[in-house]
Amino acid sequence: MTANWTIDGVREALAARKISARELAAEFYKRIGTQNPQLNAYLALTPERARRQAEKIDALVSAGSNLPPLAGVPVAIKDVISTRGTKTTCGSKILENYIPPYDATAVERLEAAGAVILGKTNCDEFAMGSSNENSAYGPVKNPNAMERVPGGSSGGSAAAVAAGLAVAALGTDTGGSIRQPGSFCGIPAMMGSYGRVSRYGLIAFASSLDRIGPFATKVRDVAAILRTIAGRDPHDSTSTTVPVPDYCAGLGKPVQGLRLGIPKDYFGEGMDAGVREKVEAGIALFQKLGCELVDIRMPHTDYAIAAYYIIATAEASSNLARYDGVRYGLRVEDDSLLAMYRKTRGAGFGPEVKRRIVLGTYVLSAGYYDAYYLKGQKVRGLIAQDFRDAFTKVDAILTPTSPVPPFHLGERTSDPLQMYLADIYTVTGSLAGVPGMSVPCGKTCGKLPVGLQIFGPAFGEARVLQLADAFEKAGGADV
Amino acid sequence: MKISREDVLRVAELAYLDLSEAELETYRAQIDEILEYIGKLNELDTSKVEPMAQVLSEQQTLDATLREDLVVPCAVAEDVLQHAPDPEAPYFRVPKVIER
Repeated sequence: MTANWTIDGVREALAARKISARELAAEFYKRIGTQNPQLNAYLALTPERARRQAEKIDALVSAGSNLPPLAGVPVAIKDVISTRGTKTTCGSKILENYIPPYDATAVERLEAAGAVILGKTNCDEFAMGSSNENSAYGPVKNPNAMERVPGGSSGGSAAAVAAGLAVAALGTDTGGSIRQPGSFCGIPAMMGSYGRVSRYGLIAFASSLDRIGPFATKVRDVAAILRTIAGRDPHDSTSTTVPVPDYCAGLGKPVQGLRLGIPKDYFGEGMDAGVREKVEAGIALFQKLGCELVDIRMPHTDYAIAAYYIIATAEASSNLARYDGVRYGLRVEDDSLLAMYRKTRGAGFGPEVKRRIVLGTYVLSAGYYDAYYLKGQKVRGLIAQDFRDAFTKVDAILTPTSPVPPFHLGERTSDPLQMYLADIYTVTGSLAGVPGMSVPCGKTCGKLPVGLQIFGPAFGEARVLQLADAFEKAGGADV
Repeated sequence: MKISREDVLRVAELAYLDLSEAELETYRAQIDEILEYIGKLNELDTSKVEPMAQVLSEQQTLDATLREDLVVPCAVAEDVLQHAPDPEAPYFRVPKVIER
């Protein structure tokens, strides 16, 4: 049995009748049963749903029908993405027993394309965190080094794919929550442009920043998943009608002559020496592939964390107002309505979520709105302008994904600001709305994955994927 | 100091969030440090910059923002109520808010 399945591998095995979709799902559940107790990547499994879907696929195989593009592919879904009839907790106690009455559009599209949903993956509470240690259901371990964090907030999705407990997974990225865990777990991971994938059914953290995107073990599979979930959805007014190209068809085209921007501003102080060495080796590999390296400046990079944590927390404080013990989730009883709200929210939210609600409410409150929230939005405009200026000169931008390799569990939990500062290379692209991808770029200390980040212009996903695929095929994962 | 204990209390009140004494002090100190850091934005002159609330261009949203206001069946009311903390179809029940 092949240890690492890919989408094409699944299709070929099904078509050749080497394995049925039901057997494949059963194999993955067996692996999950063995490994998940240590890894804690899955919070809930959906064997009934998987069985029904696998039976449909097996019936198509038996009938000799054409198979849909993701036929039988076992996938995992981050637990902030709604799944009809299956608990969706957001890694929070306040939604411990919440069962959504509908599927997210991305989930619906995956299933319509033949994917088999195995279960829901662990994450930082309401996707707030960079290490998965803010989950109310315990941290996820990094399959490359079990004493270390898998990154966050989509740590469960990244770990599940990296450990071979799903062929692909959906995560969400607000400030780096797909790319950074992809980097930490050593797999390709992509955030498409804002508006590329419908957010319908994604439980909101910061609506102007939240994006759904894929993890897989190969860039080609990331491209295939993104193509499936991308495109206009009438249920999300911010999903665009910009056409979705066949991302897989663009892979394999030569990258020779493409101009890649190297922003000095991303290579300053605070970067781990091992990360720097690998990222520089990765950049050199692109040069070897015939790409032209261009020094560029993105002068507002240093202000991105401050702007991001104003905007993200402000939006979070508004979005999380809905958890009031009335319509869904936890309620802590009290005779007075207001006290019921306060007690429910005080008991249901964990420390990081409370911290962000307080900060977000503060920056929006009378007297501070201009100084913080408005200022943050203006600086967001400057950062977006940095990207627009850069893309007049280059086709894509190369940076590290994270300044540090995966750190030890518990190493950074006591200092939230230090944790935030490590998001420096990812939040910029989040604020600007551009697509960004992390690809494996060697390992430091012999076992700790490093990620190289590729930014493209808005709706330039095809170019980003083409570059990532060329890098992967040239041995980027082993630089 | 950027933020006082009273500020945190006031904000927690606005957000309907019960905080323990220990939480109050921890968050005050941590948020103080974060606001201190955020202060670096004042190094930038933004007097001529438009605030950016969202990233999509007008062209991208033109076809997306407005649709006809139509009632469409969604048939999830029962599911929704079933999972509410204290349902009484077709209502959500809450503690009494008006004194008789």
